[in-house]
Amino acid sequence: MEPINQFTGVVCPINRANIDTDQIIPKQFLKRIERQGFGQFVFYNWRFDDDGNKREDFILNDPKFADAEILVAGENFGCGSSREHAPWALLDYGFRIIIAPSYADIFYNNSVKNGILAVKLTDEEVKTLLGRASVPGFKLHINLEEQSVTDDSGFTAYFDIDPYWKKMLLNGWDEISVTLSAEERIRQFEEKVYGKQYS
Amino acid sequence: MMKKTVIEKIWENHVVSREEGKPDLLYIDLHLVHEVTSPQAFEGLRMNGRRVRRPDLTYATMDHNVPTINRHIVNDPISKTQMQTLEQNCREFGIELADIDHPDQGIVHVIGPQLGLTQPGKTIVCGDSHTSTHGAFGALAFGIGTSEVEHVLATQTIWQKQPKTLQIKVNGKLGFGVQSKDIILAIIAKFGVNAGTGYVMEFTGEAIRALSMEQRMTICNMSIEAGARAGLVSPDMTTVEYLRGRRYAPQGEEFEEAAKRWLALATDEGATYDKTLEIDAADIEPQMTWGTNPSMGSGISGFVPSPDEFDREADKESVRLALDYMGLEAGTRLTDISVDYVFIGSCTNSRLSDLRAAAEVARGRKVQDHVTAIVVPGSQTVKQQAEAEGLDKIFTEAGFQWRESGCSMCLAMNDDVVPPGKRCASTSNRNFEGRQGNGARTHLVSPSMAAAAAVMGRFTDVRELAGVNQ
Repeated sequence: MEPINQFTGVVCPINRANIDTDQIIPKQFLKRIERQGFGQFVFYNWRFDDDGNKREDFILNDPKFADAEILVAGENFGCGSSREHAPWALLDYGFRIIIAPSYADIFYNNSVKNGILAVKLTDEEVKTLLGRASVPGFKLHINLEEQSVTDDSGFTAYFDIDPYWKKMLLNGWDEISVTLSAEERIRQFEEKVYGKQYS
Repeated sequence: MMKKTVIEKIWENHVVSREEGKPDLLYIDLHLVHEVTSPQAFEGLRMNGRRVRRPDLTYATMDHNVPTINRHIVNDPISKTQMQTLEQNCREFGIELADIDHPDQGIVHVIGPQLGLTQPGKTIVCGDSHTSTHGAFGALAFGIGTSEVEHVLATQTIWQKQPKTLQIKVNGKLGFGVQSKDIILAIIAKFGVNAGTGYVMEFTGEAIRALSMEQRMTICNMSIEAGARAGLVSPDMTTVEYLRGRRYAPQGEEFEEAAKRWLALATDEGATYDKTLEIDAADIEPQMTWGTNPSMGSGISGFVPSPDEFDREADKESVRLALDYMGLEAGTRLTDISVDYVFIGSCTNSRLSDLRAAAEVARGRKVQDHVTAIVVPGSQTVKQQAEAEGLDKIFTEAGFQWRESGCSMCLAMNDDVVPPGKRCASTSNRNFEGRQGNGARTHLVSPSMAAAAAVMGRFTDVRELAGVNQ
């Protein structure tokens, strides 16, 4: 995955709580066997009507938000199904950063593993950003090293992140390689529990 | 000695490596695989020249896409490709597969327990959030994403931060006509969809102890709907007796030894949890959801609420959007809401006891003309057992369709779809917008409540129907 540290991008606000992964990527698009190409289907049922026409009232269809790379949303973002197609779709569409007051556990894990930084801010801070971001072209600067989110007119917030996830995102590590480099410990565990070696 | 919860005991037994500033590396005892969340993981292995470390601890089936009528006609070519891809991957990497023709085929969370693969004390993962179902056995079971599926295939381990523990204590006894589905829906309605985020839940209390294994599975299944990746019940004699004689469970003397180990895993008297929530079973009536997330529900005697009844701005807005999507007016009596579709099935409620409960209500009654009602057994084995008891006859005589096993209308990845604007009484687990079909309106209920809705044509308090003996 791509390392991430400092990032500046246009913000798109979706002022809803409990956005579930069925909304982020509806089930009819889970049948592909690739990781790529899901961006065109992100928020499909909100973006398109039953006949496949764009819904003009949905913010992602507003050309003024076409360049957005940062998504701000309500609490419990990514709840529901474990489908990793959700972060794949968000990333493929162009969102590298998500900002919300809270996330569902599985979605949060899945995001980190794809190099998406899911920033947790307070309800108040998110409310402020949802307001400011309703003006098209609003930009935020994210600094993972410093764990900060700033804008150009005085907004500054700091976020918490697990130090291990932070390191993974900063370095763009492939987790399987990291684990396999310590394979000896897995072998020892198996020897102890199963009395047998598997590699 | 320090008192421990079952969660802590299982965790400690599986730590491969623990270092300051890192999550623990946990060993995985059982990895269940299905066709939707695995293809990209196998492709990742191939691209990196990696193998599956423990094919012997990995078991696959196809469930999400499979047709429930005309078993071999998969109309959607992409669904077909996904199923064929799983077959090829299992062959290439040496993984046991219950494919569409296999007598063990079924919903992954139904067949694991049924085959005895699911056992107390195991760590169990699957690329599916309802893996929490297996927690009913006192296993630590949770859903993972596809990157983690690949990681487990390659290493048989997973990096996990030790979760906090949340006790959900269900006191007292359940009332007449109330099922385990009603317990979990009531818990979610009371405590919310993110009450369990960051926690593993243990369900305790008199009402939980009194439940059968199948009923416990229904409750653990929906832990994720309360935000918890895993939910479990301490093993007891109900657990042990369920597993006795199952194909993949230990046999003979070995079983007795295993049973002792399993029982010792139960949470110690006096162990503490990070948080405890309590609910009284006697207060729970048959439940029904009215909104677009599983916490938007109430007892069947209730009414559709108004957004104004909620304090938080975010809740008001969520309820407003939900009522709009669901086509409901605030103040409507829940029993005045009519249904068009009824779905009895899913990893929440498709086991033999679920079908029996629904059949009890359906027996001698007729599905209303305007209602399409389908019953989808959780596995081929459940289907056969139900047919052996004549449940299929009861359903078909009442006008229900009797189908083949699979996930079906829970998420409508196959052809079982609720049309736009139609209202479905569903025994599944998610009432999200579009879940059962674009524009479909889902109301979550128990199997007997779903059957009651089918025969009455509207939501009905199942306790009012004569001949319900539960």
